[in-house]
Amino acid sequence: MNIISDVVVPARAPYSATLHAGQVMRIIDLESQQAVDALFYNAHDTTERYSAQDTLAAEAAAGRKFYLGLGSVLLSNEMRPMLTVVADTCGFHDTSAGACSCESNTVRFGHETRFMQSCRENFLTELGKYGMGKRDLVSNVNFFMNVPIRPNGELTVDDGVSKPGGYVDLRAEMDVLVLISNCPQVNNPCNGFKPTPIRIIISES
Amino acid sequence: MLDLDGLTPEQYRARYEALQAAARARAATPPPLPAISNIPDDAVVKRERIPPGWYVAVRLKRGDAIRITNPAGTPGAALFLWNADDISERYNAGDTVKLQWTTKLTTGKLLFSDMGRVMASITADSGAGHDSILGANSPVQAGAGRNGRDNLRLAAAKFGLTRQDVGPCLSLFSSISTDDAGRFHYNGAPPANAMVELRAEMNLFAALSNTPHPLSGAAAATGPVEFVIYRAAPASADDFCRISSEEASRGFINTDELFA
Repeated sequence: MNIISDVVVPARAPYSATLHAGQVMRIIDLESQQAVDALFYNAHDTTERYSAQDTLAAEAAAGRKFYLGLGSVLLSNEMRPMLTVVADTCGFHDTSAGACSCESNTVRFGHETRFMQSCRENFLTELGKYGMGKRDLVSNVNFFMNVPIRPNGELTVDDGVSKPGGYVDLRAEMDVLVLISNCPQVNNPCNGFKPTPIRIIISES
Repeated sequence: MLDLDGLTPEQYRARYEALQAAARARAATPPPLPAISNIPDDAVVKRERIPPGWYVAVRLKRGDAIRITNPAGTPGAALFLWNADDISERYNAGDTVKLQWTTKLTTGKLLFSDMGRVMASITADSGAGHDSILGANSPVQAGAGRNGRDNLRLAAAKFGLTRQDVGPCLSLFSSISTDDAGRFHYNGAPPANAMVELRAEMNLFAALSNTPHPLSGAAAATGPVEFVIYRAAPASADDFCRISSEEASRGFINTDELFA
Protein backbone atom coordinates (compact mmCIF):
# COMPACT_ATOMS: atom_id res chain seq x y z
CA MET A 1 0.00 0.00 0.00
CA ASN A 2 1.28 3.39 -1.01
CA ILE A 3 0.54 6.37 1.28
CA ILE A 4 -0.25 9.42 -0.80
CA SER A 5 -0.92 11.85 2.03
CA ASP A 6 -1.21 11.75 5.80
CA VAL A 7 -2.34 14.89 7.58
CA VAL A 8 -3.79 15.95 10.91
CA VAL A 9 -6.70 18.36 10.49
CA PRO A 10 -6.84 20.65 13.53
CA ALA A 11 -10.01 20.97 15.56
CA ARG A 12 -12.65 23.16 13.84
CA ALA A 13 -10.73 23.33 10.54
CA PRO A 14 -11.65 22.56 6.91
CA TYR A 15 -9.80 20.21 4.55
CA SER A 16 -10.16 19.04 0.96
CA ALA A 17 -8.52 16.60 -1.42
CA THR A 18 -9.17 14.84 -4.70
CA LEU A 19 -9.32 11.06 -4.62
CA HIS A 20 -8.66 9.10 -7.78
CA ALA A 21 -10.84 6.07 -8.43
CA GLY A 22 -9.54 3.16 -6.37
CA GLN A 23 -7.82 5.29 -3.76
CA VAL A 24 -8.90 4.99 -0.14
CA MET A 25 -9.40 7.80 2.34
CA ARG A 26 -9.17 6.87 6.00
CA ILE A 27 -10.71 9.35 8.42
CA ILE A 28 -9.50 8.80 11.98
CA ASP A 29 -11.34 10.17 15.00
CA LEU A 30 -8.19 10.62 17.08
CA GLU A 31 -9.70 11.45 20.45
CA SER A 32 -13.30 10.09 20.06
CA GLN A 33 -16.77 11.56 19.55
CA GLN A 34 -15.69 13.97 16.81
CA ALA A 35 -18.19 14.59 14.00
CA VAL A 36 -16.59 14.91 10.56
CA ASP A 37 -18.83 16.56 7.97
CA ALA A 38 -18.06 15.65 4.36
CA LEU A 39 -19.22 16.71 0.88
CA PHE A 40 -18.41 14.76 -2.29
CA TYR A 41 -18.31 15.88 -5.93
CA ASN A 42 -17.43 14.24 -9.22
CA ALA A 43 -13.98 15.77 -9.70
CA HIS A 44 -14.63 16.29 -13.42
CA ASP A 45 -18.14 17.78 -13.18
CA THR A 46 -19.00 19.11 -9.76
CA THR A 47 -22.71 19.46 -10.61
CA GLU A 48 -22.73 15.70 -10.10
CA ARG A 49 -22.48 15.39 -6.33
CA TYR A 50 -23.36 13.25 -3.37
CA SER A 51 -27.09 12.74 -2.82
CA ALA A 52 -28.05 11.77 0.72
CA GLN A 53 -31.65 11.03 -0.22
CA ASP A 54 -30.81 8.72 -3.12
CA THR A 55 -28.21 6.99 -0.97
CA LEU A 56 -30.65 6.47 1.92
CA ALA A 57 -33.41 5.28 -0.43
CA ALA A 58 -31.04 2.66 -1.82
CA GLU A 59 -29.90 1.68 1.66
CA ALA A 60 -33.50 1.41 2.88
CA ALA A 61 -34.53 -0.66 -0.15
CA ALA A 62 -31.70 -3.05 0.71
CA GLY A 63 -32.96 -3.35 4.29
CA ARG A 64 -30.07 -1.39 5.71
CA LYS A 65 -30.22 1.15 8.54
CA PHE A 66 -30.48 4.91 8.32
CA TYR A 67 -26.89 5.12 9.52
CA LEU A 68 -24.18 4.62 6.95
CA GLY A 69 -21.68 1.89 7.81
CA LEU A 70 -19.59 -0.91 6.41
CA GLY A 71 -20.74 -1.72 2.88
CA SER A 72 -22.72 1.48 2.36
CA VAL A 73 -22.42 2.89 -1.15
CA LEU A 74 -22.56 6.67 -1.42
CA LEU A 75 -24.53 7.58 -4.54
CA SER A 76 -24.43 10.72 -6.64
CA ASN A 77 -27.43 12.68 -7.90
CA GLU A 78 -27.02 10.57 -11.05
CA MET A 79 -27.33 7.38 -8.98
CA ARG A 80 -23.75 6.46 -9.63
CA PRO A 81 -21.53 5.02 -6.89
CA MET A 82 -19.08 7.67 -5.69
CA LEU A 83 -17.53 5.92 -2.71
CA THR A 84 -17.92 2.69 -0.74
CA VAL A 85 -17.39 2.28 2.99
CA VAL A 86 -14.82 -0.53 3.03
CA ALA A 87 -13.87 -0.44 6.73
CA ASP A 88 -15.61 1.04 9.73
CA THR A 89 -15.04 0.78 13.47
CA CYS A 90 -18.04 2.91 14.42
CA GLY A 91 -21.23 2.06 12.52
CA PHE A 92 -22.93 5.36 13.27
CA HIS A 93 -22.55 7.82 10.42
CA ASP A 94 -25.44 10.21 9.86
CA THR A 95 -26.59 11.52 6.51
CA SER A 96 -30.04 12.86 7.45
CA ALA A 97 -29.33 15.91 9.56
CA GLY A 98 -27.03 18.01 7.38
CA ALA A 99 -24.25 20.36 8.44
CA CYS A 100 -24.43 23.08 11.06
CA SER A 101 -24.48 26.72 10.00
CA CYS A 102 -24.42 30.09 11.73
CA GLU A 103 -27.97 30.72 10.51
CA SER A 104 -29.45 27.41 11.59
CA ASN A 105 -27.70 27.82 14.92
CA THR A 106 -29.69 31.00 15.53
CA VAL A 107 -32.91 29.00 15.22
CA ARG A 108 -31.82 25.94 17.11
CA PHE A 109 -29.71 27.45 19.87
CA GLY A 110 -30.65 31.14 19.94
CA HIS A 111 -29.41 34.26 18.19
CA GLU A 112 -26.56 34.58 20.68
CA THR A 113 -24.84 31.69 18.83
CA ARG A 114 -24.72 33.45 15.44
CA PHE A 115 -21.03 34.31 15.59
CA MET A 116 -19.69 30.87 16.38
CA GLN A 117 -17.72 28.82 13.84
CA SER A 118 -19.81 26.29 11.90
CA CYS A 119 -19.41 23.60 9.27
CA ARG A 120 -21.04 25.53 6.46
CA GLU A 121 -18.54 28.38 7.03
CA ASN A 122 -15.79 25.80 6.63
CA PHE A 123 -17.43 24.34 3.54
CA LEU A 124 -17.95 27.71 1.87
CA THR A 125 -14.32 28.60 2.51
CA GLU A 126 -13.17 25.36 0.93
CA LEU A 127 -15.71 25.45 -1.93
CA GLY A 128 -14.38 28.86 -2.89
CA LYS A 129 -11.00 27.34 -3.67
CA TYR A 130 -12.67 25.29 -6.41
CA GLY A 131 -14.76 28.09 -7.85
CA MET A 132 -17.91 26.91 -6.12
CA GLY A 133 -20.30 28.59 -3.71
CA LYS A 134 -23.46 28.19 -1.69
CA ARG A 135 -25.49 26.72 -4.57
CA ASP A 136 -23.04 23.83 -4.50
CA LEU A 137 -23.49 23.24 -0.80
CA VAL A 138 -25.75 20.21 -0.77
CA SER A 139 -26.33 17.18 1.40
CA ASN A 140 -23.42 15.78 3.33
CA VAL A 141 -22.34 12.84 5.45
CA ASN A 142 -21.63 13.35 9.15
CA PHE A 143 -19.10 10.68 9.98
CA PHE A 144 -19.05 9.56 13.64
CA MET A 145 -22.21 11.60 14.31
CA ASN A 146 -25.01 9.83 16.15
CA VAL A 147 -28.41 11.09 15.00
CA PRO A 148 -31.12 8.64 15.95
CA ILE A 149 -34.53 8.86 14.26
CA ARG A 150 -36.81 7.35 16.86
CA PRO A 151 -40.06 5.44 16.16
CA ASN A 152 -42.04 8.45 17.41
CA GLY A 153 -40.31 10.59 14.77
CA GLU A 154 -37.98 12.41 17.15
CA LEU A 155 -34.65 13.30 15.57
CA THR A 156 -31.89 14.37 17.94
CA VAL A 157 -28.13 14.59 18.05
CA ASP A 158 -26.97 12.17 20.72
CA ASP A 159 -23.58 11.50 22.24
CA GLY A 160 -21.18 10.04 19.69
CA VAL A 161 -20.10 6.44 20.17
CA SER A 162 -16.77 6.45 18.34
CA LYS A 163 -13.72 5.50 20.36
CA PRO A 164 -10.25 7.11 20.29
CA GLY A 165 -8.57 6.06 17.06
CA GLY A 166 -11.82 4.92 15.49
CA TYR A 167 -11.82 5.16 11.71
CA VAL A 168 -13.79 4.79 8.53
CA ASP A 169 -12.30 3.88 5.13
CA LEU A 170 -13.86 5.23 1.94
CA ARG A 171 -12.87 3.77 -1.41
CA ALA A 172 -13.38 6.11 -4.34
CA GLU A 173 -15.45 4.56 -7.15
CA MET A 174 -14.84 7.58 -9.41
CA ASP A 175 -12.50 10.54 -9.21
CA VAL A 176 -13.98 12.42 -6.26
CA LEU A 177 -13.40 15.83 -4.77
CA VAL A 178 -13.82 15.50 -1.00
CA LEU A 179 -14.48 18.50 1.23
CA ILE A 180 -14.35 18.07 4.97
CA SER A 181 -15.28 20.22 7.92
CA ASN A 182 -13.86 19.00 11.20
CA CYS A 183 -17.03 20.03 12.99
CA PRO A 184 -16.65 23.02 15.33
CA GLN A 185 -20.11 22.73 16.90
CA VAL A 186 -20.26 22.95 20.71
CA ASN A 187 -23.98 23.57 21.10
CA ASN A 188 -24.91 19.89 20.75
CA PRO A 189 -23.17 16.61 21.65
CA CYS A 190 -21.81 15.81 18.16
CA ASN A 191 -18.26 16.60 19.28
CA GLY A 192 -18.56 15.73 22.95
CA PHE A 193 -18.86 19.52 23.43
CA LYS A 194 -15.11 19.73 22.78
CA PRO A 195 -13.91 19.73 19.14
CA THR A 196 -10.71 17.73 18.59
CA PRO A 197 -8.28 17.02 15.71
CA ILE A 198 -8.74 14.27 13.15
CA ARG A 199 -6.25 12.52 10.89
CA ILE A 200 -6.78 11.78 7.21
CA ILE A 201 -4.72 9.26 5.27
CA ILE A 202 -5.07 8.74 1.53
CA SER A 203 -3.60 5.56 0.12
CA GLU A 204 -3.68 3.32 -2.90
CA SER A 205 -2.94 -0.35 -3.35
CA MET B 1 -22.05 38.96 28.31
CA LEU B 2 -22.09 35.17 28.00
CA ASP B 3 -18.88 34.00 26.31
CA LEU B 4 -20.26 31.15 24.23
CA ASP B 5 -16.82 30.23 22.95
CA GLY B 6 -15.53 29.82 26.47
CA LEU B 7 -17.98 27.57 28.29
CA THR B 8 -17.01 24.20 29.72
CA PRO B 9 -18.29 20.99 28.10
CA GLU B 10 -20.61 20.56 31.08
CA GLN B 11 -22.09 24.01 30.55
CA TYR B 12 -22.64 23.37 26.83
CA ARG B 13 -24.30 20.06 27.66
CA ALA B 14 -26.63 21.72 30.14
CA ARG B 15 -27.72 24.24 27.47
CA TYR B 16 -28.40 21.47 24.94
CA GLU B 17 -30.28 19.26 27.38
CA ALA B 18 -32.51 22.16 28.40
CA LEU B 19 -33.44 22.75 24.73
CA GLN B 20 -34.05 19.04 24.21
CA ALA B 21 -36.24 18.81 27.31
CA ALA B 22 -38.32 21.75 26.09
CA ALA B 23 -38.78 20.14 22.68
CA ARG B 24 -39.84 16.84 24.27
CA ALA B 25 -42.30 18.62 26.55
CA ARG B 26 -43.88 20.37 23.56
CA ALA B 27 -44.09 17.11 21.61
CA ALA B 28 -45.84 15.46 24.55
CA THR B 29 -48.56 18.10 24.77
CA PRO B 30 -49.51 19.22 21.26
CA PRO B 31 -51.87 22.21 21.18
CA PRO B 32 -55.36 21.97 19.66
CA LEU B 33 -55.19 22.52 15.92
CA PRO B 34 -56.83 25.48 14.24
CA ALA B 35 -59.90 24.73 12.15
CA ILE B 36 -59.35 24.23 8.42
CA SER B 37 -60.77 27.26 6.68
CA ASN B 38 -62.84 27.37 3.53
CA ILE B 39 -61.08 29.11 0.67
CA PRO B 40 -62.94 32.29 -0.34
CA ASP B 41 -63.67 32.19 -4.07
CA ASP B 42 -62.43 35.72 -4.59
CA ALA B 43 -59.04 34.84 -3.08
CA VAL B 44 -58.25 32.06 -5.57
CA VAL B 45 -55.30 32.77 -7.85
CA LYS B 46 -54.99 29.45 -9.60
CA ARG B 47 -56.43 25.95 -9.61
CA GLU B 48 -54.71 23.13 -11.39
CA ARG B 49 -54.63 19.36 -11.68
CA ILE B 50 -51.25 17.65 -12.18
CA PRO B 51 -51.64 14.40 -14.15
CA PRO B 52 -49.78 11.32 -12.94
CA GLY B 53 -46.06 11.67 -13.62
CA TRP B 54 -46.13 15.40 -14.33
CA TYR B 55 -45.06 18.50 -12.44
CA VAL B 56 -45.65 22.23 -12.14
CA ALA B 57 -43.33 25.18 -11.53
CA VAL B 58 -45.30 27.90 -9.75
CA ARG B 59 -44.59 31.20 -8.03
CA LEU B 60 -46.00 31.99 -4.62
CA LYS B 61 -45.97 35.45 -3.12
CA ARG B 62 -45.34 35.93 0.57
CA GLY B 63 -48.69 35.29 2.22
CA ASP B 64 -50.06 33.09 -0.56
CA ALA B 65 -51.26 29.64 0.44
CA ILE B 66 -51.22 26.48 -1.65
CA ARG B 67 -53.67 23.74 -0.71
CA ILE B 68 -52.62 20.45 -2.27
CA THR B 69 -55.01 17.52 -2.43
CA ASN B 70 -54.58 13.93 -3.45
CA PRO B 71 -58.01 12.72 -4.54
CA ALA B 72 -57.05 9.14 -5.42
CA GLY B 73 -54.37 8.53 -2.78
CA THR B 74 -51.37 8.41 -5.09
CA PRO B 75 -48.29 7.45 -3.03
CA GLY B 76 -46.37 10.70 -2.83
CA ALA B 77 -45.68 14.07 -4.44
CA ALA B 78 -42.26 15.74 -4.37
CA LEU B 79 -41.85 19.40 -3.41
CA PHE B 80 -38.89 21.76 -3.60
CA LEU B 81 -38.73 25.47 -2.84
CA TRP B 82 -36.44 28.39 -3.68
CA ASN B 83 -36.47 31.95 -2.39
CA ALA B 84 -37.66 33.77 -5.52
CA ASP B 85 -35.64 36.86 -4.54
CA ASP B 86 -32.36 34.92 -4.10
CA ILE B 87 -32.33 31.47 -5.62
CA SER B 88 -29.20 30.47 -3.69
CA GLU B 89 -31.53 30.20 -0.70
CA ARG B 90 -33.59 27.01 -0.90
CA TYR B 91 -35.37 24.29 1.02
CA ASN B 92 -33.09 22.51 3.46
CA ALA B 93 -34.35 19.04 4.28
CA GLY B 94 -31.86 18.40 7.08
CA ASP B 95 -32.43 21.70 8.85
CA THR B 96 -36.20 21.27 8.59
CA VAL B 97 -36.14 18.10 10.67
CA LYS B 98 -33.18 19.00 12.87
CA LEU B 99 -34.38 22.46 13.89
CA GLN B 100 -37.80 21.08 14.85
CA TRP B 101 -36.45 17.97 16.58
CA THR B 102 -38.76 15.74 14.55
CA THR B 103 -39.29 14.06 11.20
CA LYS B 104 -43.08 14.26 11.66
CA LEU B 105 -44.13 17.28 9.64
CA THR B 106 -47.74 18.33 10.06
CA THR B 107 -49.87 21.36 10.95
CA GLY B 108 -47.81 23.96 12.79
CA LYS B 109 -44.46 22.73 11.50
CA LEU B 110 -42.29 24.79 9.16
CA LEU B 111 -40.22 24.27 6.04
CA PHE B 112 -36.82 25.90 6.61
CA SER B 113 -34.30 27.27 4.14
CA ASP B 114 -30.55 26.87 4.40
CA MET B 115 -30.44 30.38 5.87
CA GLY B 116 -32.37 29.63 9.06
CA ARG B 117 -35.49 31.26 7.62
CA VAL B 118 -39.02 29.94 7.41
CA MET B 119 -39.90 29.45 3.74
CA ALA B 120 -43.37 28.06 4.31
CA SER B 121 -45.63 26.99 7.16
CA ILE B 122 -47.85 23.93 7.21
CA THR B 123 -51.16 25.63 7.94
CA ALA B 124 -53.42 22.62 7.43
CA ASP B 125 -52.88 18.90 7.03
CA SER B 126 -55.06 15.81 6.90
CA GLY B 127 -52.23 13.81 8.53
CA ALA B 128 -51.11 11.55 5.70
CA GLY B 129 -47.44 12.07 6.61
CA HIS B 130 -44.67 13.87 4.74
CA ASP B 131 -41.09 12.68 4.42
CA SER B 132 -38.04 14.94 4.32
CA ILE B 133 -35.45 12.17 4.74
CA LEU B 134 -35.78 10.07 1.57
CA GLY B 135 -37.39 12.57 -0.80
CA ALA B 136 -38.22 12.02 -4.47
CA ASN B 137 -38.02 8.89 -6.57
CA SER B 138 -35.58 8.52 -9.44
CA PRO B 139 -34.98 6.28 -12.45
CA VAL B 140 -34.02 3.56 -9.96
CA GLN B 141 -37.69 3.17 -9.00
CA ALA B 142 -39.42 4.65 -12.06
CA GLY B 143 -37.41 2.93 -14.78
CA ALA B 144 -37.98 4.66 -18.10
CA GLY B 145 -41.11 6.40 -16.76
CA ARG B 146 -41.24 9.94 -15.45
CA ASN B 147 -39.59 10.40 -12.07
CA GLY B 148 -39.41 12.95 -9.29
CA ARG B 149 -35.74 13.80 -9.57
CA ASP B 150 -35.99 14.71 -13.22
CA ASN B 151 -39.31 16.52 -12.73
CA LEU B 152 -37.77 18.72 -10.03
CA ARG B 153 -34.91 19.51 -12.40
CA LEU B 154 -37.35 20.35 -15.18
CA ALA B 155 -39.27 22.63 -12.83
CA ALA B 156 -35.97 24.22 -11.79
CA ALA B 157 -35.17 24.80 -15.45
CA LYS B 158 -38.39 26.80 -15.82
CA PHE B 159 -36.92 29.25 -13.32
CA GLY B 160 -33.58 29.31 -15.13
CA LEU B 161 -31.98 26.89 -12.68
CA THR B 162 -30.04 23.65 -13.12
CA ARG B 163 -29.44 20.38 -11.28
CA GLN B 164 -26.93 22.34 -9.19
CA ASP B 165 -29.92 24.09 -7.62
CA VAL B 166 -31.95 21.03 -6.67
CA GLY B 167 -31.19 19.64 -3.25
CA PRO B 168 -32.86 17.12 -0.94
CA CYS B 169 -36.62 17.64 -1.17
CA LEU B 170 -39.83 16.93 0.70
CA SER B 171 -42.07 14.04 -0.33
CA LEU B 172 -45.66 14.94 0.50
CA PHE B 173 -48.29 12.27 1.24
CA SER B 174 -45.51 9.87 2.24
CA SER B 175 -45.69 8.18 5.62
CA ILE B 176 -42.32 6.82 6.71
CA SER B 177 -41.39 5.55 10.13
CA THR B 178 -38.35 4.00 11.71
CA ASP B 179 -38.06 1.05 14.07
CA ASP B 180 -35.84 0.51 17.10
CA ALA B 181 -33.34 -1.31 14.89
CA GLY B 182 -32.84 1.85 12.82
CA ARG B 183 -34.66 0.79 9.67
CA PHE B 184 -37.13 2.75 7.57
CA HIS B 185 -40.65 1.49 6.94
CA TYR B 186 -43.15 2.70 4.36
CA ASN B 187 -46.59 2.82 5.97
CA GLY B 188 -48.74 2.46 2.88
CA ALA B 189 -50.34 4.80 0.41
CA PRO B 190 -52.23 7.81 1.78
CA PRO B 191 -56.01 7.80 1.99
CA ALA B 192 -57.99 9.31 -0.86
CA ASN B 193 -58.47 13.04 -0.47
CA ALA B 194 -55.38 13.53 1.66
CA MET B 195 -54.62 17.24 1.89
CA VAL B 196 -51.83 19.54 2.99
CA GLU B 197 -51.69 23.32 2.88
CA LEU B 198 -48.57 25.47 2.88
CA ARG B 199 -48.39 29.23 3.38
CA ALA B 200 -45.49 31.02 1.73
CA GLU B 201 -43.58 33.11 4.28
CA MET B 202 -41.32 34.57 1.59
CA ASN B 203 -41.65 34.92 -2.18
CA LEU B 204 -41.13 31.44 -3.54
CA PHE B 205 -40.44 29.45 -6.64
CA ALA B 206 -42.04 26.07 -6.03
CA ALA B 207 -41.60 22.77 -7.85
CA LEU B 208 -44.32 20.17 -7.28
CA SER B 209 -44.02 16.74 -8.89
CA ASN B 210 -46.73 14.10 -9.01
CA THR B 211 -44.41 11.14 -8.57
CA PRO B 212 -44.31 8.42 -5.90
CA HIS B 213 -42.15 8.09 -2.83
CA PRO B 214 -39.07 5.92 -3.50
CA LEU B 215 -40.13 3.30 -0.93
CA SER B 216 -43.77 3.13 -2.04
CA GLY B 217 -43.20 0.22 -4.38
CA ALA B 218 -45.04 2.13 -7.11
CA ALA B 219 -43.12 2.87 -10.29
CA ALA B 220 -45.68 5.49 -11.33
CA ALA B 221 -48.28 7.78 -9.78
CA THR B 222 -51.74 6.27 -9.47
CA GLY B 223 -53.82 9.43 -9.65
CA PRO B 224 -53.72 13.18 -10.08
CA VAL B 225 -52.54 15.79 -7.59
CA GLU B 226 -54.65 18.94 -7.40
CA PHE B 227 -53.83 22.31 -5.92
CA VAL B 228 -55.34 25.69 -5.29
CA ILE B 229 -53.23 28.81 -4.77
CA TYR B 230 -55.03 31.60 -2.96
CA ARG B 231 -54.23 34.94 -1.43
CA ALA B 232 -53.97 34.74 2.33
CA ALA B 233 -51.78 36.84 4.64
CA PRO B 234 -48.32 36.42 6.14
CA ALA B 235 -48.11 34.94 9.62
CA SER B 236 -49.57 37.29 12.21
CA ALA B 237 -47.88 37.98 15.54
CA ASP B 238 -50.03 35.33 17.24
CA ASP B 239 -50.04 32.89 14.31
CA PHE B 240 -50.33 29.22 15.29
CA CYS B 241 -47.20 28.22 13.37
CA ARG B 242 -45.12 31.19 14.53
CA ILE B 243 -45.74 30.56 18.23
CA SER B 244 -45.62 26.76 18.03
CA SER B 245 -42.09 26.66 19.47
CA GLU B 246 -39.13 28.84 20.40
CA GLU B 247 -37.37 27.55 17.30
CA ALA B 248 -40.32 28.57 15.11
CA SER B 249 -40.37 32.06 16.59
CA ARG B 250 -36.65 32.49 15.94
CA GLY B 251 -37.05 31.25 12.36
CA PHE B 252 -39.77 33.84 11.76
CA ILE B 253 -37.52 36.55 13.20
CA ASN B 254 -34.98 35.61 10.52
CA THR B 255 -37.60 35.61 7.75
CA ASP B 256 -39.22 38.86 8.80
CA GLU B 257 -35.84 40.63 8.50
CA LEU B 258 -36.14 40.21 4.73
CA PHE B 259 -39.37 42.19 4.65
CA ALA B 260 -38.82 44.74 7.41
